[in-house]
Amino acid sequence: MSDATQNGPMLAADGTPLKRSLARSLRNQKLRALALISPLLIFVLLSFIFPIASMLFRSVENEIVGNVLPQSKVQLEAWDGQSDVPAPLYRAMYYDMFAAAEAKRHTRLGTRLNYEVSGMSSLFRQSGRKLDKPGKDLLKDFKKLDAAWAKGGAIYALMAGDPADARDTALAATKRAEISAMVGETIPASFDFAPSARVSAMLPATADAFMAYAAFEGGIDGKNLAKGKPWETVFVALAEDLQTADATGYNGPHADLLAQAIAAKDSIAAPDYGAIFAKIDKDWAKASTWQTIKTHSPTFTNGYFLNAIDMRRTAEGAAWQPEDKQILLTLFGRTLIMSLIITGSCILLGYPVAYILANLPMRTSNLLMILVLLPFWTSLLVRTSAWKVMLQQQGVINDVLVWLGLVADEARLVMINNELGTIIAMTHILLPFMILPMYSVMQTIPPSYVRAAKSLGATNWTTFWRVYFPQSVPGIGAGSILVFILAIGYYITPEIVGGTKGVFISNRIAYHISSSLNWGLAAALGTILLAVVLILYWAYDKIVGIDNVKLG
Amino acid sequence: MGFITSNFRPTKGFVFAMMAAAGAFLGMLVGLANNQLIGGIAVLAAYSAVLGGGVFYMAPHKRLGQAVIFAATLALGYVTMAGGGAVLGLIYGAFLAWFAYWIGTGEYRTSLLPYLTPGQVLWHYSFRLICASIFIFLITPILVVLPLSFNAEDFFTFTPEMLRLDPEGYSLKHYRDFFTNNEWQRSFQNSLIIAPIATIISVSLGTLAAIGLSQSHVPGRRAIMAILISPMIVPLIISATGMFFFYSQIGNILEDSLGFNKDFVGYVKVILAHAVLGVPFVIITVTATLVGFDRSLTRAAANMGADPVTTFFRVQMPLILPGVISGGLFAFITSFDEVVVVLFVGSASQKTLPWQMFTGLREQISPTILAVATILVVISIGLLTTVELLRRRSERLRGMSPG
Repeated sequence: MSDATQNGPMLAADGTPLKRSLARSLRNQKLRALALISPLLIFVLLSFIFPIASMLFRSVENEIVGNVLPQSKVQLEAWDGQSDVPAPLYRAMYYDMFAAAEAKRHTRLGTRLNYEVSGMSSLFRQSGRKLDKPGKDLLKDFKKLDAAWAKGGAIYALMAGDPADARDTALAATKRAEISAMVGETIPASFDFAPSARVSAMLPATADAFMAYAAFEGGIDGKNLAKGKPWETVFVALAEDLQTADATGYNGPHADLLAQAIAAKDSIAAPDYGAIFAKIDKDWAKASTWQTIKTHSPTFTNGYFLNAIDMRRTAEGAAWQPEDKQILLTLFGRTLIMSLIITGSCILLGYPVAYILANLPMRTSNLLMILVLLPFWTSLLVRTSAWKVMLQQQGVINDVLVWLGLVADEARLVMINNELGTIIAMTHILLPFMILPMYSVMQTIPPSYVRAAKSLGATNWTTFWRVYFPQSVPGIGAGSILVFILAIGYYITPEIVGGTKGVFISNRIAYHISSSLNWGLAAALGTILLAVVLILYWAYDKIVGIDNVKLG
Repeated sequence: MGFITSNFRPTKGFVFAMMAAAGAFLGMLVGLANNQLIGGIAVLAAYSAVLGGGVFYMAPHKRLGQAVIFAATLALGYVTMAGGGAVLGLIYGAFLAWFAYWIGTGEYRTSLLPYLTPGQVLWHYSFRLICASIFIFLITPILVVLPLSFNAEDFFTFTPEMLRLDPEGYSLKHYRDFFTNNEWQRSFQNSLIIAPIATIISVSLGTLAAIGLSQSHVPGRRAIMAILISPMIVPLIISATGMFFFYSQIGNILEDSLGFNKDFVGYVKVILAHAVLGVPFVIITVTATLVGFDRSLTRAAANMGADPVTTFFRVQMPLILPGVISGGLFAFITSFDEVVVVLFVGSASQKTLPWQMFTGLREQISPTILAVATILVVISIGLLTTVELLRRRSERLRGMSPG
């Protein structure tokens, strides 16, 4: 009481103001709780939430075009897509494709574009093989001038210039970044080649092409540049540079060779990149091929999401897939409908069981509960294989029906590898998830309400429908959402008993991950599925509360 | 209209009609099998009515009458249809013997409220019948697997020898295959390595977090709870896809940069993935146990000078142990039963038992799967019993009535 009579703040036993002391103890409590939670929280965030988030990111990520064709991407953005393909685009594409072919990344890009337009994969694969030719022809011309051009170290010596020269580090850095983005590996710092700035200014295209070669062969593969033969692109670039180069006053290595080549520039044809592509494949002469690449070149794309709903990204915007390729919306529809049917049959079968379990004497209901819990605890694979045994044409159900004569031996029912098989097996597998929440709700309904209704003169049906049933609805809701969430993402059971007609969207996701390797589409499908599940989860949390989930 | 009292006797007409109805139902099945629907119904309805009703009214001694009905039906079945018929006669004879006296004595009414109308009585028993068939639906697939796993042939069906109960038709060869085949043994061992370690990780981290979550002041409890429960909510295929990308990168780092053995890294990946999947089960069961935990016990312990660690191990832990163990069992079964994630994250050397079963079901179908299934059913019965006992113990410890 003495504290209260003083004018100052109320004090705790140790003399600090009570308010501060309480706040400190509250903070300590919070910190202690967080300290207990944090190891698990970090574990789940790192090894679950983060992987899923990065998987979702894959559904919009489209870095491959920019990584494999970095210079072309810039040119593609400049092109309007309507007019003729501009010369700089052909040029950029030639050098990009060549580097990609050397690093064996062009096939990956081809596969990626093949998801959108079929035929792209083989176009890229074949083009990669034929890109050497123009450079080889030019090398022959150079050899005619002087055999020294064909020697491994000649170009290297020319590019390296005088050891005393300043280095073109900007070009080196750009190319290193491009090559390492394309290959997906970092170039070690020990690789430090950069062309001489003087030579680079004189022969810009050659320096560019050579640096790409150097970054890949020297930086990634670790080859000795001074001995290796450069890529054919270097000679194509050199032929281009010769037309405009001015080597007067240059006195670095191979200055004489260069001067001789410039003097003879009329005998070395300047490369026509458009013609190179026209010769490789007639598809390159079509604007549509270039439009396809342009359409899919942005770093972020909605293409996978459009694919996931049977549409595709075209130069004119989103359009429907051709009829024969429209399967995913049907599959989504089937997944939803079959999950609804499974949920419905679980309600139908689960309600009577939950009712009888909740209303029988405890001893009997505990015994019967075992019949519900045993399937719940039995391995999913066991139950699925059991249904395979039951439903086959030579299976137990057909055998019994034939034995009883309800079905003729030659007209055995087809119950597996179709929708029916999936529905029966999944209803059985998910039934405990419906019964258990229903049972726990029904247990709480006081029997006196039913008795009161009856004593007031209600018939059995009215009592059930007006008094008992409304009180059991929360159990139906909880069980339904749980069963629906589980059903919509099921994979194993449809895969085994579903055949081709009874599969779900999950099976398609698995197919795209492990067989067709279209990971972007798999991620987009997964994102849509996850969104549906999260909405339902949110509804579940609102209706039941996630804290109220009980097991067993 | 007066109440029906305990010395209620149904009318003779009713008894005969019920017997005829039971016979007609069986007659329909047998008749269909022999393409003589009408004849089957007529013969068996008449037979049941005469025998069931007749014996009941002529033999006041219950045991004797039942024996007569049973023997007569068994003999009839054996005479008309030999082997299969004997089984049918055995079952139907037992049923008819019980049914005649159950109906005839009015026993079917004794356990019910005396004022129910006949319609209500009929509904009562129909409802029981519906529930019984649903229970049969629930349990049959599991029971069917058990005898089939002793099949002497390499089929997934009952052979004629098995139906004749011929010992020739049964063998233990699929079990022998399971215990001698390298692939099955290897996958079984893998399951036994992966599941317990994953369980230990999820139980130890999960219990700590559940204790933290049950404190009175936790900032952002709902969000934390949602994150920790999410592995249970997110469809497995999506978790598997995400983990597939993530763990292949992690695996590359561990193998290339840190130089770990490839197999070891494979196990680490699968174990971590399974541990995450088991977390929600531990969280849910342990928080549920902690809801009923009496906080004054820890305060009392602290009051008497125990430090928090001692309090935890000597006071709190023994009380929440049943919840922790059953959460652990859930986590164990999740990992032990899991296929999708291990299919994506693991490599061939981490093949687990469910994975092996999955490939078996998809590709080379072998009844060894059924032998494995039987063993797993036995294991799950063991787990179920343990969880149930633990739940009761936990409720007893917390002073609730066992339920």
